[in-house]
Amino acid sequence: MTATGGELDLRGALRAARIERAGGRAAWAYTVLVFVFLFLPIVIVVVYSFNAGRHVTDLKGFSTQWYAAAWSDPFLIKALRNSLTIAVFTAALATIMGTACALAMDRLRPRMRALVELLGYVAITVPGIVIGIASLIFLVTAFDWLDPWLVFVSGGTAPRLGLGAATIVAAHTLFTMAIVTVLVRTRMRGMDRSLVEASEDLFATPWRTFLQVTLPQLLPAIVSGALLAFTFSFDDFIIAFFTSGQDQTVPIYLFASIRRGVSPSVNAIATVLLVVTILTMALAGLVSRRGQRRRGAGEPGS
Amino acid sequence: MSIISRAATRSNGQRRSYAALLVVPAAAWYVGFLVAPLVVLAIMSVGERSPNGGYLPALTLAQYANLTTRITPLTNTLGLAALNTVICLLVAFPVAYTLALKVRGSWKLVLVALVIVPFWTSFLIRTYAWMTLLGANGVPRILGWIGFGEIQLLNTPFAVSLGIVYNYLPLMILPIYVSLERLDRSFLEASRDLGAGPITTLRQIVLPLAAPGILSGIVLVLIPVMGEYLIPVLLGGGKTYFLGNALADLFLQSRNWPFGAALATVFVAGMTVVVAGYLAISRRLVRIGRESSLL
Repeated sequence: MTATGGELDLRGALRAARIERAGGRAAWAYTVLVFVFLFLPIVIVVVYSFNAGRHVTDLKGFSTQWYAAAWSDPFLIKALRNSLTIAVFTAALATIMGTACALAMDRLRPRMRALVELLGYVAITVPGIVIGIASLIFLVTAFDWLDPWLVFVSGGTAPRLGLGAATIVAAHTLFTMAIVTVLVRTRMRGMDRSLVEASEDLFATPWRTFLQVTLPQLLPAIVSGALLAFTFSFDDFIIAFFTSGQDQTVPIYLFASIRRGVSPSVNAIATVLLVVTILTMALAGLVSRRGQRRRGAGEPGS
Repeated sequence: MSIISRAATRSNGQRRSYAALLVVPAAAWYVGFLVAPLVVLAIMSVGERSPNGGYLPALTLAQYANLTTRITPLTNTLGLAALNTVICLLVAFPVAYTLALKVRGSWKLVLVALVIVPFWTSFLIRTYAWMTLLGANGVPRILGWIGFGEIQLLNTPFAVSLGIVYNYLPLMILPIYVSLERLDRSFLEASRDLGAGPITTLRQIVLPLAAPGILSGIVLVLIPVMGEYLIPVLLGGGKTYFLGNALADLFLQSRNWPFGAALATVFVAGMTVVVAGYLAISRRLVRIGRESSLL
């Protein structure tokens, strides 16, 4: 790796070049150090997931026993299934409603738009713990009012409303939806309006224009919004902690087991999840790269 | 009035009504799961604590007057959040600079992707790994071999800072990287050719151009750190107390809901001030940027 613009230094500023090269080397060394810092805990997790010893302090040799242990822990598997279900529903709801909201925003009256914008910012910035506590109090109060009515209307057959996976989805959808809206709107700002106008001039119905012109252009923002929503939901502890009722998610399970003393099977689960996410991301990267190349080849002169 | 223009007006009107329908689900969600809970919280904050915990309806500002008794978590949150954000910025800037301006080619994409990878493992698991690393059998033991004597790292303010910097570093690196990535390298060369030293170039060229990225990095880190709950609990041993921990305590342990609601209301108000400040500053930066590009 040579220093930036090394050729230009031939003018005789040898000293400056030497300083810059030393600076560049220092910058590299520092960056490597920071990456080590970022990955140290992850390496530890992966290494200990294959450790034969019972305790994290003694490295004893290679073993896959913790993978088997994780697989046969019914609570962990139940929590994993809950987390995945919640994250999928959250991602779906947040993506659909967030995108719809973004599409509507530009056509709203200015005051209404400002209001929706403000609500989105509030949803993103209010800390999870406040959202969690406020939702808990509100939902419990609301359910206390609603339950007698439901019993009355249904003649006593309605199940009692309570906290659970559905309320977690509701709370997670709130702020992930706001994030999707921000992403899609940012993308819309960089979009070429003339294509939409051309489509309208060619008498395409609004629905057809949306499907064939707007949606393909927005797709990268929508997909990354969905991925973000899934990730946030899957990794959230604090909101789920307050709105979960009896249903456990993986972070709640982990928090409880950290307090009790963690079984190394937790490391095994984390490693599996890490590998799955990295593979998914790599695949997504490959697919989008290929798509770009194809599009690049399809457009002559660009 | 041609038919075309009338048709255009009509389709515009129609589009407006479709648009209204599209915003309805999101708006309903905001009202039902954001506005309503916050309103309930505000109502509760002017109430009284019932003798066995929980809430009694009332109209009093007593809870707000009482807030001074919780001044420590308040000042802790503001002070430590600001301090750790600055540390984060100082650690992140050289990395973002190196990634944006020193690394070339496909390495760059790989390294930037690597910055995000930690986010793909569970936050709790990474924090647990730090608990192991900082615990008595981790780094302190190694330091002991070297001859440092007994050093406690876990359950100290240092561990909390480390946890925060570790966890939020990517959120600081990425926006600064993005703004530096757009920086025109010829500016740097011009500055050097004109005889400016590295520090002058940094101060007069790099920092002003990186300002928007630095600002969004600060906001992306400062706001969630202010609401942090898990890092103080797991790495601080409950000794370093943030507002989030005070809230969890008031609602779950001492069950003083109205007081907790008052604290939460003030908290939300404070956050709103920070966000409004950010929006004002970033608007100003955009304006300055536009004016300077006109010159």
